[in-house]
Amino acid sequence: MNKMEKALHELSEMDELAAGASPIHRLCAPGKLLTTIAYIAVVLSFHKYELSGMLALLLYPVLLFQISGVSVGSFFYKLRIVLPLVMAVGLFNPFFDRQILVTVGGVGVSGGVISMLTLMLKGVLCLMASYLLMATTPIDVLCAALRKFHIPGTLVTLLLLTYRYIGVMTEELATMTEAYHLRAPGQKGIHVSAWGSFLGQLLLRSMDRAEELYNSMLLRGYHQHFHYAPVKPCTWKDGAVTLCSIALFLLLRFCNVAELLGGLFVR
Amino acid sequence: MIEFRNVNFAYEKERPVLRDLSFRIGDGEAVGLIGANGAGKSTVMKLLLGLLFPASGEILVDGAAVGKKSLPEIRRKLGFVLQNSDNQMFMPTVYEDMIFAPLNYGLSREEAEKKVDAALEKLGMRELKHRHNHKISGGEKRMAAIATILAMEPEAVLMDEPSSALDPCNRRRVINIIRELKQTKLITSHDLDMILDTCERVILLDRGQIAADGPAEQILRDRTLLEAHRMELPFCLAGRK
Ligand SMILES: Nc1ncnc2c1ncn2[C@@H]1O[C@H](COP(=O)(O)OP(=O)(O)OP(=O)(O)O)[C@@H](O)[C@H]1O
Ligand SMILES: [Mg+2]
Repeated sequence: MNKMEKALHELSEMDELAAGASPIHRLCAPGKLLTTIAYIAVVLSFHKYELSGMLALLLYPVLLFQISGVSVGSFFYKLRIVLPLVMAVGLFNPFFDRQILVTVGGVGVSGGVISMLTLMLKGVLCLMASYLLMATTPIDVLCAALRKFHIPGTLVTLLLLTYRYIGVMTEELATMTEAYHLRAPGQKGIHVSAWGSFLGQLLLRSMDRAEELYNSMLLRGYHQHFHYAPVKPCTWKDGAVTLCSIALFLLLRFCNVAELLGGLFVR
Repeated sequence: MIEFRNVNFAYEKERPVLRDLSFRIGDGEAVGLIGANGAGKSTVMKLLLGLLFPASGEILVDGAAVGKKSLPEIRRKLGFVLQNSDNQMFMPTVYEDMIFAPLNYGLSREEAEKKVDAALEKLGMRELKHRHNHKISGGEKRMAAIATILAMEPEAVLMDEPSSALDPCNRRRVINIIRELKQTKLITSHDLDMILDTCERVILLDRGQIAADGPAEQILRDRTLLEAHRMELPFCLAGRK
């Protein structure tokens, strides 16, 4: 398998993960969507020094990973390119904000370090929540849920097709790199001299295929309106789970559970 | 039902692909469109479907000229199997791909699902229903592509190389299904034995012009004619003469 095929494989793995049958997978999509949005909103609402309070929010992804059977490893592996970028966001805070806020074991920790850690944690938590949503909900069900919330159809279709076209492009790239390596044995990567034509070809080919795919949709009666899989009606159970989760987030947001627990032991 | 009137077409101005092409296909007729590589067979199909438009001339489907306005109605009548099935299947699973057209044409999900199941049954490929499109073999994809069109129940079936990539057993199955179809059929293929089995009439295309048009039995037995246009006798006839 070359690198591209691996990428393709990973993409299709998302589809398969999403087709699982855990209790989380079975929850209704609009509920999951709402919970995820609420979670992200709560995470983002934390003040930049509220690191200890935020730690408690780890509870949600941990529980979800446990129940849904999605492996934590897969999260870190699949997002290995995005994660460092997200982590890098607050990297310079320690240089600007040097005021000592707390001392841990005699060593002073500056506000900059804390706000850096807070930002990093925020990034990771948001990514985790979105990943868990994607890994437990098939893309078209998710799109259907978005439509339920009256997100414009064009936007949702765009999302769905982008997701598909990434697959198309990766597929083309895989075929091309394979053809290249069969005729350039022993070469690592693609020689610089071929990059230009390679990229050009890739674009042309992906565009051709995208056009043919779109034609094939048109030939089968498509006009700006996708028929998504029917959204499973939300039961009172789904509603209860959603409400409880959101209530839990709010609880964790407004009382610092880590501090409370810590207080129990100190006293 | 299908008519080409003096159709001219070129992708690039200096290289005409179809030259003054005229023919008629009646309701329920099964026609094989044959010709060497690059003769213009796929182009004829695309013109018919309104994916391309002729430089001059007219194309009629059921008396209506193929044009921007009439397209939705015309496309509703025509089911097309693309030469490359990879470009036909765009949903994640075979099932979702198959149900796409019936839903677009206003069937309820239950009705649509029934059509899908019937088509799968007909092709003997029920076990493929929930497979992922990019994880099935080339031939399976081809069968699935044919199934998507059957589920659509069009008035005419256009097939570009339906038997390519199929194993002998599936090829036979597809041939039998094509023979059973009551619809008007236009089939291009290099598999002349299949054309002989499925079509009563053959149009031989050479460099964008009609070289011969007549009963399949007659044209496909004419060695001199076929060889003059870069073709060969079907295998089943080659030995007998
Ligand atoms: N997109 C395009 N742009 C320019 N020329 C094209 C394009 N598609 C096809 N052609 C040319 O038009 C001619 C007819 O092509 P067409 O695909 O109709 O042939 P065909 O009879 O289907 O051949 P095959 O048996 O190989 O499928 C060929 O000479 C081809 O090179
Ligand atoms: Mg062709």
